[in-house]
Amino acid sequence: MIEGKVWKYGDDVNTDVIFAGKYTYKPMTPAEMAEHALEDLDPTFAKGVKPGDILVAGANFGCGSSREQAATCVKASGVAAVIAVSFSRIFFRNAINEGLPVVELASGTSMIAKDDTVKIDFDQGIVTHKGKEYRFPALPREVLAILNDGGLIPHVKKTLGSAKT
Amino acid sequence: MGQTFAQKVLAAKAGLPRVEVGQIVDVEPDVCLSHDNTAAIAKTFAKIGVERVKNPDRFVIVLDHTVPASTEEYAKGHKEIREFVAKQGIQAFYDVGVGVCHQVLPEMGFALPGRLIVGADSHTTAYGALGAFSAGVGRSEMAALYATSRIWLKTPASFRIDVRGKLQEPVTSKDLVLKIIGDIGADGALYKSVEYAGEAIEAMSVSSRLVLSNMAIEMGAKNGYCAPDKKTFAFLESRARATYAPVYPDPDAVYEKLLTYDASKLGPQVAKPHTVDHVSPVEEVEGTKIDQALLGTCTNGRLEDLHAAARYLEGKRIARGVRMIVLPASREILLDAMREGLVEIFLRAGAMVLNAGCGPCLGAHQGVLAAGEVCVSTANRNFQGRMGSNEAATYLASPATVAASAVTGVITDPRKAVRGGGA
Ligand code: SF4
Repeated sequence: MIEGKVWKYGDDVNTDVIFAGKYTYKPMTPAEMAEHALEDLDPTFAKGVKPGDILVAGANFGCGSSREQAATCVKASGVAAVIAVSFSRIFFRNAINEGLPVVELASGTSMIAKDDTVKIDFDQGIVTHKGKEYRFPALPREVLAILNDGGLIPHVKKTLGSAKT
Repeated sequence: MGQTFAQKVLAAKAGLPRVEVGQIVDVEPDVCLSHDNTAAIAKTFAKIGVERVKNPDRFVIVLDHTVPASTEEYAKGHKEIREFVAKQGIQAFYDVGVGVCHQVLPEMGFALPGRLIVGADSHTTAYGALGAFSAGVGRSEMAALYATSRIWLKTPASFRIDVRGKLQEPVTSKDLVLKIIGDIGADGALYKSVEYAGEAIEAMSVSSRLVLSNMAIEMGAKNGYCAPDKKTFAFLESRARATYAPVYPDPDAVYEKLLTYDASKLGPQVAKPHTVDHVSPVEEVEGTKIDQALLGTCTNGRLEDLHAAARYLEGKRIARGVRMIVLPASREILLDAMREGLVEIFLRAGAMVLNAGCGPCLGAHQGVLAAGEVCVSTANRNFQGRMGSNEAATYLASPATVAASAVTGVITDPRKAVRGGGA
């Protein structure tokens, strides 16, 4: 269960505005990537974002190129989860494998505005906003486990490590 | 409510009675493919800290991207892969020269109806042509598969593309798929499972269907399915490595979108530089001067493609100043082409015939382009810089269009070309 303050964006937020192409071939740490997160969409985001904030957007979030840094930079910026009407396939996979929770709220996100507070219950699959509950398909145990362990590679390490003992 | 092909396969693999669109399943793929990128995947696998690949029988590794190695660096990668394969006891290893992975898997009987196949290569969608659910995955995911044999997948919504009527020779499945991609765009089927159906698809050979499924990824699709039929079963008869159970969508399955095409009205299509969805009828680009013609790759490097091209090349000479490269998709195809006299037709026409592999398709070696050069190619991608210089340009077309253009030296409508002897 997490609760956070909202940063709100529209439809078709593409990977170029999440993490600009000009940075993709520069070796950067996740913290450095976070300084450029959403730079071309909202220049105030990288400076203003607080750990635990929640990013809310419309349809097709993360469309465009397959660059993994788009998920890495959002995660490193401290965002606790992304809620969108839908995600591009690659961003969705990259996000979970990077340990960034993603919530697909197919019923719509237009009622949520910047600086609102939303609560996400991952186990039940419920987003709560201004006292109203919105359902989303809960992630299965296996995927939640990847998220809780901070991503795919740490998750595999942990499960196999514990299997040995 | 009926279920689509994607729902049915994923439900079966997850051991569930049914799955809904958007539902995530945890599954064990039947086959996991990687190629020259196995060297990098093996390094990530080493970081996980597990000694042994959990289930070596599930992995197929094909060296095809830069074969034989063109630089010391590639040679080192290949060597590391050979060592990894030996150490891990992976039997299904195809070293340089066997073919391009997306031809080797069908040929060697790994791509079967109803199977779940994942590959660390975007054109893994190809095996949908045989009725498999097959999708590309990332390299870290492949490393995790080495360790666990499991992966999570999200059940995609489906599009059904109904193609009525008959394709009019020399129009082929390549023209059809280019037309569809041009219409719906490079993200037109993003994340969807595409089901090709209808009279024109039923009339196609397995080789022609492989073109449709191979290029499903170019419209963003996760999977591109053709219903297995008598032709599929005949193709697999001497090849299948295991018994299989074909999976068909329910008649009342729910599709997010239904698209309808009339094959009988379709003419040759060309994807112009620098995106696959930048498509126009060949008439619009006729007369464009070319420097190179590439026939082959995992898209159109099969025997029927070589035959289609040979019809325009027999007894002819390739235009002065044009280089023609023939890149068969596998050694088996090259052997057949030799037996059937096609290699001689190509060589006499002045073409070069390469060993089976990817080379020029991704601009790795054996036919890269200089700045200002133009290539007409039967491959599946024409992104800027892919085949060499950033200032080169690639047009994608069918084998007939490519061969007809090689003879004239300009992009040529194959319907207007004079055919060579014999055919
Ligand atoms: S032939 Fe081209 S598209 Fe096919 S696998 Fe090789 S590089 Fe990829």
